[in-house]
Amino acid sequence: MAKTFKQAIVVGASSGIGAEIARQLAATGCRVGLVARREEELHALNRSLATPGKVFIHDVRQYDEVPALFQQICRELGGLDAVFYTAGILPRQEPEEFDFALDKLTVEVNVLGLMAWGHEAAQRFKTQGEGAIIAISSVAADRGRRGMLSYAASKAATDSYMESLRNRVGRYGVRVVTIKPGPVDTPMIAGMPNMPFMISAGVAAQRTITAAQHGATTVYVPFIWRPIMGVIRLIPSFLFQKLNL
Amino acid sequence: MRERMSNLSSMLPRDRMERLSGWGESIHGMGYVYRPTTIDGIREAFALARERGVSIALRGAGRSYGDAALGSENIVLDLTRMNRILNWDPERGVVVCEPGVTIKQLWQYVLGEGWWPYVVSGTMFPTLGGAAAMNIHGKNNFAVGTIGDHIKAFDLMLPSGEILPCDRTQNADIFHAAIGGFGVLGVFLSLTLELKRIHSGNLRVTPLVVRNWREMFTVFEERLPQSDYLVGWVDCFATGTGAGRGQIHQANYLTEGEDPIPAQTLRVENQELPDTLFGVLPKSVMWRLMRPFVNDIGMRLINTAKYYASVRSHGHAHLQSHAGFAFLLDYVPNWKKSYGAGGLIQYQSFIPKETAQTAFASLIQLCQHRDIIPYLGVFKRHHPDPFLMTHAVDGYSLALDFKVTERNRAALWNLAAEMDAIVLAAGGRFYFAKDSVLHPSRLQAYLSEERVQRFLQLKRRLDPDNILQTDLYRRIFHEASPYNAASSSSQLPQPPAVGSSSRV
Repeated sequence: MAKTFKQAIVVGASSGIGAEIARQLAATGCRVGLVARREEELHALNRSLATPGKVFIHDVRQYDEVPALFQQICRELGGLDAVFYTAGILPRQEPEEFDFALDKLTVEVNVLGLMAWGHEAAQRFKTQGEGAIIAISSVAADRGRRGMLSYAASKAATDSYMESLRNRVGRYGVRVVTIKPGPVDTPMIAGMPNMPFMISAGVAAQRTITAAQHGATTVYVPFIWRPIMGVIRLIPSFLFQKLNL
Repeated sequence: MRERMSNLSSMLPRDRMERLSGWGESIHGMGYVYRPTTIDGIREAFALARERGVSIALRGAGRSYGDAALGSENIVLDLTRMNRILNWDPERGVVVCEPGVTIKQLWQYVLGEGWWPYVVSGTMFPTLGGAAAMNIHGKNNFAVGTIGDHIKAFDLMLPSGEILPCDRTQNADIFHAAIGGFGVLGVFLSLTLELKRIHSGNLRVTPLVVRNWREMFTVFEERLPQSDYLVGWVDCFATGTGAGRGQIHQANYLTEGEDPIPAQTLRVENQELPDTLFGVLPKSVMWRLMRPFVNDIGMRLINTAKYYASVRSHGHAHLQSHAGFAFLLDYVPNWKKSYGAGGLIQYQSFIPKETAQTAFASLIQLCQHRDIIPYLGVFKRHHPDPFLMTHAVDGYSLALDFKVTERNRAALWNLAAEMDAIVLAAGGRFYFAKDSVLHPSRLQAYLSEERVQRFLQLKRRLDPDNILQTDLYRRIFHEASPYNAASSSSQLPQPPAVGSSSRV
């Protein structure tokens, strides 16, 4: 049975898929806790929501803040049904470039931030006996490509973290949903060439919410990426090295 | 670093968090539950709430149908462990109890000496603190009033820690507001109740069948003067000329000498509800057997069968124990589970006698028209009481149990709003212990704005920091509350926002 969310947290709500998720949730009457670094963007977004939400300024790398902030948001929303972790960065790297600082940042935002929020959500929802935890991963998680040194690694970590979480708390009625989009038309990929099967952030958000409502486990968005990545995953490593992917 | 530390210390401990539900299992909330055993324990909870900037909801046995004992995301003070009977005077029938003493504890304690609580609910599990906060009534409301009418005095702890003794002369305004004040003015620390002298463990019960609304009202009015208890059951599926059909149970105390062996019938073990139904079925499995019938078809069948059974039993007076007659809701343990995962709500309205018949008939018609039919209808007679937030009228109440499902939830809440309009037009009232659906605007309409304002002024005087809040309180006072007249937030002043300092 599809579940409608009454209170949700969107981490990384200031732009891209996160902002769209917040907008679409609010359109169904859901009160959304908008979490991101950029204060002005969040307030502007909140003003445009059909159901007013609440703004919380937070850098996902400030992991220590998360437990108290999570509790505060739950209190201000009056409850919680879902946490969407949509914060993420895709570093621009040349195929030959090594930039540890950038890679560290990628892992911090894409993985450690998710773990900080995911841990809180999982503990709460386990007690609650229901709730949904949704993370935006990527098709990039499925293979380690030349140009995506840390991004692919961070999304692969996202996939296995979410799977572990699902195996840990799924039995208590918690829905743990991994969304794997291909290219989505957001600021993240602005200016990048050659983007097949690109979809808008609105469509990505809509598929994400639907998957969360139905308690899907892993969803490729759009669906075409599932067979494509199925094939790509089958390419043996010695061959994959030689391809220009 | 210092700021970070203060953030963590502003948290409530995660391991205190529990999922709590209204008794109807249709409303839930997560709360940080504390279970004090002493007055100091309550004081500590108030200090903690103040320090962390959170609110406190008082909870007894959690027998209110809706959100009256929930305090989502805040502290919930469960008082069930404060359950000592502090003093008992068997000569005068006066008992002093802590708030967590249940009605069950009380009647079992006093029965042997020939006493019974004046007012009990249809289940024996509520605490007296909760019963006083809701100002509960029984099947004898028309004769003896509410439980508040038999509370002689109480001590009330304010969120400041101050303890106020209250009775009908000392702090009389607080006495009449805290009873029925649904637990947001203070904590009852001890309650002094007067009890009823009885001369037998049994009541004489007479079942009467009624064929429609008109008979229901006529028989009630006829029987009132000669009855100690009167309760009606209504078959809400019946239509047309049979609408309002059902059964009335009249019960009377036995007079002194009528029971040849009162010492026997007054023993607690002779009051116990049977362990099995029909002599063979263990009661614990009953709700599972009922479950296939708790739907429109099954309940239509059961209501019809019950009606024809009551035609046969009409007028056959019999003796029944006090507990057996009073605690009908306890016959089948966990019967609410037969309603399924969505639980149930009860919609109870109290309507003056002049307009009640038309209004109740319209309510049931409306339900039938919307195809959301209550599976149980219970009918009672009431009379006014002196308490500020009273639900009673000189008239009748009809309590309707509705099954809640994910599918019907929105339609049911809309139906309730439509029903509210009928009740208000008839001059009716509502009851916090049962309510799940009341909209803030309706409260002022039935209680009068003046009463609501008086209550809120008292609330602000006794609890200036607005520490005592339940989900019910937030729902019905959201707009009227003097604490947040300027802002749209129903929350307390929040601790300093975390996370605002960081930049990438």
